Amino acid sequence: MAQTRGKRTRTASRRVEGWIKPVEPEFETIQILRDDGSYDEASLPDLTDDQMKELYEWMVFARILDQRALNMQRQGRMGTYPPVGGQEAAQVGSAYALEKEDWLFPSYRESAAMMVHGMPPELTFLYWMGREEGAAAPEGVNVFTISIPIATQVPHAVGAAWAARLRGEKKAFLVYFGDGGTSEGDFHEGANFAGVFKAPVVLFCQNNHYAISVPLERQTASRTIAQKAVAYGFPGVRVDGNDVLAVYAVTREAVERARRGEGPTLIEAVTYRYGPHTTADDPTRYRTADEVKEWQERRDPIMRFRRFLESRGLWSEAQEEELQERLRERAAEVVRKAENYPKPEPTNMFDYMYAELPWNLKEQREALLQELAERGGAR
Amino acid sequence: MVLGEDVGVNGGVFRATEGLIEEFGPDRVIDTPLAESAIIGTAFGMAVYGLRPVPEIQFCGFLPPAYDQIISHVARIRNRSRGRFTAPMVIRAPYAGGIHAPEHHSESPEAFYAHIPGLKVVIPSTPYDAKGLLISAIRDPDPVLFLEPKSIYRAFREEVPEGEYTVPIGKARLVREGTDVTLIAWGAMVPVAEQAARQVEQEHGWSCEIIDLRTISPLDRDAVVGSVQKTGRCVIVHEAPRQCGLAAELVALINEHALLYLEAPVVRVTGFDTVMPLLALEQEYLPNPQRVVRGIVKAMTF
Repeated sequence: MAQTRGKRTRTASRRVEGWIKPVEPEFETIQILRDDGSYDEASLPDLTDDQMKELYEWMVFARILDQRALNMQRQGRMGTYPPVGGQEAAQVGSAYALEKEDWLFPSYRESAAMMVHGMPPELTFLYWMGREEGAAAPEGVNVFTISIPIATQVPHAVGAAWAARLRGEKKAFLVYFGDGGTSEGDFHEGANFAGVFKAPVVLFCQNNHYAISVPLERQTASRTIAQKAVAYGFPGVRVDGNDVLAVYAVTREAVERARRGEGPTLIEAVTYRYGPHTTADDPTRYRTADEVKEWQERRDPIMRFRRFLESRGLWSEAQEEELQERLRERAAEVVRKAENYPKPEPTNMFDYMYAELPWNLKEQREALLQELAERGGAR
Repeated sequence: MVLGEDVGVNGGVFRATEGLIEEFGPDRVIDTPLAESAIIGTAFGMAVYGLRPVPEIQFCGFLPPAYDQIISHVARIRNRSRGRFTAPMVIRAPYAGGIHAPEHHSESPEAFYAHIPGLKVVIPSTPYDAKGLLISAIRDPDPVLFLEPKSIYRAFREEVPEGEYTVPIGKARLVREGTDVTLIAWGAMVPVAEQAARQVEQEHGWSCEIIDLRTISPLDRDAVVGSVQKTGRCVIVHEAPRQCGLAAELVALINEHALLYLEAPVVRVTGFDTVMPLLALEQEYLPNPQRVVRGIVKAMTF
């Protein structure tokens, strides 16, 4: 083979290419209820009529509460709030698949999922009103605190799942994140750990197509998010996130897999965020009204499921009216509870820094009390 | 539970976890994939779930990838959840320089972590303290960053009781009683301070009181202030860079509680505000007994 300095000459009949062949994995988007409301009887999940109505009520309640929260924020009664509108099926369907002893690890937008798994919605409202008291679920409700730093909750869920397995428990751990979250290091590190240690965890991605304003195509070059599971050695599945029955069915299977010790699953639920990223965002800057309209009018998860229930004789206009009235009252009660929570003591910021306050915090707390007393006296 | 890179089969790159996997099995002593954020993040998940994990980061120069998990969650979860969830975990990491290591293997980042509310930071300087403080750290209901000065892992031997005993977190150790000047140090700088103290005693007849802080956060303010009120002079020694290093915090505390007792400004003998150099210049960077002696002279002759 001839070779001159700085320049390699080719020798005929030697192979120079063809080693690299792109592999494009196929991931169909699972759907049970088609956009037009039709379905195959054989695909229906194992849910009673009452359970299906319960799914519907949860979704409607989630939407009503979401609207309330948005209104409250506009009126200055709540701080910045991340709305869930449009993602009700993805959250309700998945959370409903958990047993009471299973754990739910949210990001920050999972108010609907958390509620389905037992988190009192007034606590979630309280949290977004700026009170730490709203962050933790009561004892017995297996919902972890929300996580603002993106995807950091994935390793948390994996660690807790791993701990449960070490203890011989048969529990499943469901952790939520968005399409944007799959770009973060912690998603990759957490998924990798989950695969290596066969953690009983279900990684649930709500792909709502935007991370604030950054669209999915800018988040990943992969055609689907589900296929990322292949890299970590466990199954990935893609589901229509606005089909509550499909979300339920897929999550249920993944949860049972985890419980049986068969390891993790990555679920990609394709959905859409009707509202802004948070109330501090203006989505008209990066999305068209037509696009939002398309999702709201042709693929709304609540509408689709209502049509299904009606087609099976399980729902009627009269029931809808009754439900709306009942849920609006419940929503009002949620708001009342949150807003009537006793006001915080300024010294509350010291109370839970350590099991026992070190001297410096004790002195600072005293100083604050002094300051408050002086302020009080000055009035 | 112990988890980290090379902690199991290999026994840890400094052999700190040697023998554990044989005794406790692969479920409790775990070789993890190479991912610091996940090591701390999963340990956090275990801790909030009720276990007591002791994750190891192989060198504290590799703590930065896990910094988000530490500051955003480990240190905050008790506060965020109003006590519903807590993180009783100990993060161990070899610390500081002096072993001719490659880049990033000689860091002294204690100030970064002392500045995080909700975390405790502990740095032992003797075998006895290392065991007692580690047991205290593991028993502590709050998260502890346990930094192990690597240059003195095997520098000297001393009696260490077989059974369990604790050394309290938040309490400094009086290494040497003295009357003329207070030397404050921690980690591998404690033996350096001791050497400097011996030298000035010989050369000048000065009596140094030496305090080994042992806990960086929460600081033992009373030990520091009590000593400076007695001696009226103070020299603080740390490897970490000067600006915003722990010495600055100690000077502020001395200022607040012992200003009128001072005969001279507090002297800081620290690493330079440079990147720690590679091994060829390592000994020029690290505070050595000569530099400490110069600092003591400055304090004594002000």
